[in-house]
Amino acid sequence: MSILVNKKSKIVVQGITGSEGTFHTTQMIEYGSNVVAGVTPGKGGTLFQNKIPVFNSVREAVEATKANVSIIFVPSAFSADAIIEATDADVNLVVCITEGIPTKDMIKVYDYVQSKNTHGHTMRFIGPNCPGIISPGECKVGIMPGFIHLKGKVGVISRSGTLTYEAVDQLTKLGIGQSTCIGIGGDPVIGTRFLDAIKLFNNDKNTEAILMIGEIGGNAEEEAAYFIKKHVKKPVIGFIAGKTAPPGRRMGHAGAIISGGKGTAEEKIKVMNECGIVVAESPADIGITVKNVLEKFKAKAKKKKEVKKLKEVKKLKKLKEVKKKKGNKKLKKDKKKKK
Amino acid sequence: MKIHEYQAKSILKKFGVAVQDGVAIKSMDEFDNAINHLKEQGVTQFVVKSQIHAGGRGKGIVYNKDSRDEVVYEGGVKFFGDNVEKAKDYAGKILNNILVTHQTGKEGKQIQTLFIAQGLDYKKELYLGILLDRTNSKNVIMASTEGGVEIEKVAAETPEKIIKIWIEPSIGLQSFQARELAFGLKLEGSAFKDFIKFISALYKAYEEIDASLLEINPLIITNDDKILALDAKINLDDNALFKHPDYEALRDLNEEDPLEIEASKSNLNYIKLDGNVGCMVNGAGLAMATMDLIKIAGGEPANFLDVGGTASAETVENGFKIILSDKNVKAILINIFGGIVRCDRVANGVVQASRNLNIPVPVVVRLQGTNAEEAKKILDESGLNIFSATTFEDAAQQVTKAIAKN
Repeated sequence: MSILVNKKSKIVVQGITGSEGTFHTTQMIEYGSNVVAGVTPGKGGTLFQNKIPVFNSVREAVEATKANVSIIFVPSAFSADAIIEATDADVNLVVCITEGIPTKDMIKVYDYVQSKNTHGHTMRFIGPNCPGIISPGECKVGIMPGFIHLKGKVGVISRSGTLTYEAVDQLTKLGIGQSTCIGIGGDPVIGTRFLDAIKLFNNDKNTEAILMIGEIGGNAEEEAAYFIKKHVKKPVIGFIAGKTAPPGRRMGHAGAIISGGKGTAEEKIKVMNECGIVVAESPADIGITVKNVLEKFKAKAKKKKEVKKLKEVKKLKKLKEVKKKKGNKKLKKDKKKKK
Repeated sequence: MKIHEYQAKSILKKFGVAVQDGVAIKSMDEFDNAINHLKEQGVTQFVVKSQIHAGGRGKGIVYNKDSRDEVVYEGGVKFFGDNVEKAKDYAGKILNNILVTHQTGKEGKQIQTLFIAQGLDYKKELYLGILLDRTNSKNVIMASTEGGVEIEKVAAETPEKIIKIWIEPSIGLQSFQARELAFGLKLEGSAFKDFIKFISALYKAYEEIDASLLEINPLIITNDDKILALDAKINLDDNALFKHPDYEALRDLNEEDPLEIEASKSNLNYIKLDGNVGCMVNGAGLAMATMDLIKIAGGEPANFLDVGGTASAETVENGFKIILSDKNVKAILINIFGGIVRCDRVANGVVQASRNLNIPVPVVVRLQGTNAEEAKKILDESGLNIFSATTFEDAAQQVTKAIAKN
């Protein structure tokens, strides 16, 4: 059905009383997400929109409401602290929407979460600088427009926001639903990488195909592609934005930069193709490419099933014949014996 | 943010990193003072170095700024020994002219600052670089015995000649790691000891100034076995500039495109490119995809422009102004994925801006998301030179048509 978030997710919003926090909390509740608490230091004890309790710390919120997912809307200077606070309060998932967090801060956050996880913890963080995560029809922990999504079986992972909406919109209009859509964010240091998300989708029974939308810079797409070649049997479709981007210029996202001839779209597409991923040529064709791949895959699976069935029928026939022969021989032997 | 060599060296010096000494000048009136100042410090040999935000200066060519075909000098960095007269002649000739290197593109960059520096005799050039390794989210120090050349070339041809040390974020650079680098660089005696001090100070500087790249190429071993940064390149993390308000003074607006500066004033993320189709998009990923679509439609993107999450009438108008100041633009594609922003509001913004600005080129507007149909109606009924589209595919076709007409 979905990964990481579902109907049972209990959400705490860090920075709930800020303008972004207020707006998107309202949107999330409208979508049907179960927002159980908010955190704004100094505003503990008040109620958000007369119903959601606000706490001074994430730990208090978790203790009182059993929240297990946190979403962060605090300003960039305080975001690293907010992620660490949520990790420390033992939530399972932290989604950080905020953009513009210094890389030095994120290196420390990433290291802290990793070290906590080696001590028996299983905490995951998504972002920063991302649209969040949504399991259509169940739960939205992010800022994406909910209505463009459709419940279904394609897992979507992407480094960008609006380009993900574009791709999801194309899928939905073709009647192809999504199991979960994750925006992993466009920064150089992120909590959940393509590879991590691919692993989760690969293990999810209800995800039948995976769509990964990458962009220039770094080598996270290649890293995921090599894993897919080795371990993923589900069809994977891809798109890489930035074929026309010049080297050395940062294309909006801090991570989207071609430097030293590395991280070009051509290079990424080549590796993805080699690893069996079908890459859409044009951003206008993402949806249709997924559709074609799904149909082909299903036709292939059907054929495989038929061939398997045919083989089984043949085997059965042979078995029967062998039995018959054996039976006849036995009969003859018995007859001989009787004689 | 990129900064100049002389600025990088002055920062590093504060952290106790041994650097080549020098004085930055912006006019030839300051030349004699600079030389005298260095002489007082015991400097006897001199180098003149052009200060631009690009590498390959030594092998670059200086062209006359008024007649771009005329070569003024070959080389943007020159060593003159103790011949101050010759150094002065060279400095006077290249200052304010245009330096073209393999990193600047044909247009080159104007040399507005010269670094008059101490000339050093050295026996070996090495390479040192510090940056983030995105595969494991840790900083990595790279060192190589192959200094003075492009490190990308070394990485491609002889990757075994690059030593890498990853820094654990919780404990920082350790002494054994510094030694490992020194052994890898085949250093001995006092140069070995000097290097340990050098790298410790350098890494501390990298961390404290929130750099996103720190490169010393070449790092030299002088004839008397001292380790010293002959060149220094620092990029600062834009996201961390709020922690260092004093670094704003290091920004050299002459190195940035005036349109890009103008755009940043209205919170627009604009990058000028060489094509003929301007574009205005919300979100960086979608903006890159839109540029790709323009190319598929037969055009060339004239820019990258991300108007951010909320596209108001004001941001749209500012976006138009900036795109139109590029005279190569023959058509404009606006691609907004509504989502939480309502498309009809964006459409009204586009119509209002078009009326105010009297746009001379065809505009293709693709709005998708909340209230997309209403938005299309507003655009279609505006009576302006606007072609509306709802799908990405449709937008591409409209762009192709618009270019064909021009």
